[in-house]
Amino acid sequence: MGLPSNFYGGNNMKKTLSIVLSLLFMGIFSPAFANTIKWSMPGDSLTLDPHAQNEGPTHMVSRQVYEGLVTPGINMEILPQLAESWKTTADDTWIFTIRKGVKFHDGSDLTASDIAFSINRAKTAPSDMVDLIKSVKSASALTDHTVQIVTDGPNPILLNQLTQIFVMSEDWAKANGCEVSYNWDAGETSYCASNANGTGPFKITFREQDVRTVFEKNNDWWGDDSTFNVDTIELLPIANDATRVAALLSGEIDYTNVVPVQDIERIKSSAGHGVKMTPQNRTIFFGMDQGSAELNSSNIKGKNPFADKRVRLAMYHALDMEAIKDKVMRGQSVPAGIITAPGVNGHTAARDERLPYDPELSKKLLAEAGYPDGFEVTLDCPNDRYINDEAICVAAIGMFAKIGVNVTLDAKTKSQHFSEVKEGDANGMTSDMYMLGWGVPTFDSHYVYSYLFDSAGSWNKVNFSNARVDELVAAMGVETDQDKRNAMIAEAWDITQDDVTYLPLHHQVVNQASKSNVDVPIRMNNEPLFRFANVN
Amino acid sequence: MFNYFFKRLFQSILVMIVVAFVSFSLFNFVGDPVNSMTGEDASDERRAEVREVLGLNDPVYVQFSRFIGNVIQGDFGISYQLKREVSDLIAERMPATLELVFVSALIAIISGVILGVYTGIHRDSYISNIILVISLAGVSLPTFIIGIMLIYLFSVILGVLPSFGRGEVTQLGFWTTGFLTTSGLKALILPSVTLSLFQMTYVIRLVRAEMMEILQTDYIKFAKARGIKRSVINYKHALKNGLIPVITITGINIGTLIAFSIITETVFQWPGMGSLFIKAVYFVDIPIMSAYMIMVAFIFVMINFIVDITYYFIDPRIRLKEEG
Repeated sequence: MGLPSNFYGGNNMKKTLSIVLSLLFMGIFSPAFANTIKWSMPGDSLTLDPHAQNEGPTHMVSRQVYEGLVTPGINMEILPQLAESWKTTADDTWIFTIRKGVKFHDGSDLTASDIAFSINRAKTAPSDMVDLIKSVKSASALTDHTVQIVTDGPNPILLNQLTQIFVMSEDWAKANGCEVSYNWDAGETSYCASNANGTGPFKITFREQDVRTVFEKNNDWWGDDSTFNVDTIELLPIANDATRVAALLSGEIDYTNVVPVQDIERIKSSAGHGVKMTPQNRTIFFGMDQGSAELNSSNIKGKNPFADKRVRLAMYHALDMEAIKDKVMRGQSVPAGIITAPGVNGHTAARDERLPYDPELSKKLLAEAGYPDGFEVTLDCPNDRYINDEAICVAAIGMFAKIGVNVTLDAKTKSQHFSEVKEGDANGMTSDMYMLGWGVPTFDSHYVYSYLFDSAGSWNKVNFSNARVDELVAAMGVETDQDKRNAMIAEAWDITQDDVTYLPLHHQVVNQASKSNVDVPIRMNNEPLFRFANVN
Repeated sequence: MFNYFFKRLFQSILVMIVVAFVSFSLFNFVGDPVNSMTGEDASDERRAEVREVLGLNDPVYVQFSRFIGNVIQGDFGISYQLKREVSDLIAERMPATLELVFVSALIAIISGVILGVYTGIHRDSYISNIILVISLAGVSLPTFIIGIMLIYLFSVILGVLPSFGRGEVTQLGFWTTGFLTTSGLKALILPSVTLSLFQMTYVIRLVRAEMMEILQTDYIKFAKARGIKRSVINYKHALKNGLIPVITITGINIGTLIAFSIITETVFQWPGMGSLFIKAVYFVDIPIMSAYMIMVAFIFVMINFIVDITYYFIDPRIRLKEEG
């Protein structure tokens, strides 16, 4: 022992001190053994006001903090949330019994009047949820724990619609000057846009928009908290795909619900990471204007080739969706035979079967219809809205060329594409053929029909008009007998599938990636539910 | 003197108005904000209502004069998307961008001058050629590729630097700074290097050309003949004179750095004005886009104005012309 004893002693002291210090540090900066998920997606919630924006990422954030009367579960089934039970006393009157013992994050109790207030707030003009629940005529608190909702005639999908309506505290909203959702004219920032006070399993403790949002577990949550062991979620939006993937691989984030298709293999090949996949509630299709007398962009004058069902069928048989799946989508799509996704009421596996790829048949059909040499038309496509949207159009154009239909591509940014499809271009020219994708937040075919097939539907830009379909759309909107209603939906699909009103392409696929020890259930609307998330 | 001053000021204001008008009318072609604002399933009535409230039904010149009227009162309007005051949003984002631009300019000038002097003096040396080739790559590769390459190397493979964000920031009044924390400083490295590369190449080549020219001049030859030390000649006599155009050019290029930062900010998720602008373009958030364009134009015009005025004092020829 040549060394003086205090040599070791000093060293030990130093070591002990550094351990104590680092423990202290950890204590200050991260609660001991807290499970944190660092979550990233390209955008951030636009506002914490749960009624101000009817938009995906905004709802994804609100859903962790706010709750509704009912809520979609992992598989999008409707489950009770703040309502324990409900019944209809008349075709247009619903009574909801509200859960007792639920507290807002600020400690106040949830009452029926908060729920009535929230529904009324959501259906008042500056709110963005107005269209979604326009069938609700009134919502009122009958007692402290019952709410009555009166609809404008029978509404069979009221529950689906209510899953999107989050409940706020009436007193809190009024005290902070956000009795109504943001008003365009008012010109001031709303307190409720940057603060949240919900009843949900997480509460927001820090928020810097577009940079970082911190959610902490709400220990006073009424629900079953054994389904998750996450204490903290940090939302760190990263807009650039490559940067987001790099941040995942370098361990700076734990989980992302938006994964670029081209990076899936790269992430899978990393030992510490995994990718989950499920079909998305969004189907991509082409619309062909069948109602106009003449196409704007075609060389055929005086008549409209798309008005002939044989032409639409020829276009259908010309598309090899398996090839597009392999080459364009890198396997990340599900070729579709119906323009609505699996899981939507009305979708069946049989209807989702595609007609065979058969260019020879296409040529024959075109010849029969009187276009043996094909024709010209312009296809309008977005280039930043759907997964590989422009590339799909380019591939499809090659396939149409094989049957003699000469398609010109007009691809542009989504804000231009959609307004041109909807309202025509600067010269008022409407689109002859366009790409569109449709998601169904209500998980019911009525949503598809009222927008895309009804002759007055606001997105029926193929000018499809069928008296029987209009009748069915109106009837399925009010029929409360599920069997009768399902029969109507089936009849409507029979008509429009036979008519080849739209050309179905594929269902998009949702991918999410995370570290292997982070488990967030994947859902078809891409929305994470952290109350089912675990860190192992 | 005042004549010159007011002439310049008048020109600057004219430029601002033209820029404002051109950018404002361009926004009529970027798409329809109402579509992004109301979502695809909104009813036609609701779209019409929003369009009316926003005044989008008015002719462009009415919208423009309303906009200019508000801007003069310091009101840039409300963001369509975020529904917050645009001036607040820009004020929040400005520190991030300015800190990034400041550090980038520093890197560009310091390393640019050092490397420029070296390559100017050792014209044909091996190292000079390597520096020039690499700097050529720096100027010809797009910023986002350089950024992604740096991220891949330093974040994914080496794991030493963060790939995105600003790290921890400290609030100093209205200003947020990343200079005071380790994570903030680490987060600055990759984006500022990426942003500085283009300017650095510029400075290298400028300093190199200046040095090569000056080293041929008579006074350098005389200095050499007098036996003054080479280092004194190079750094005291030659470099000093070579720096004048560099200072002018970098001054003007600060504006370019701010404009270039859009791409760098997007790649690194840097929470500055550039990423705010890109998001606004995507959403057709006209108030943010107009405010940003006007602000960048204002910075450019101001720098030019200051440069012009400075010239007046530095360059006697302008003064003589004015007075004579």
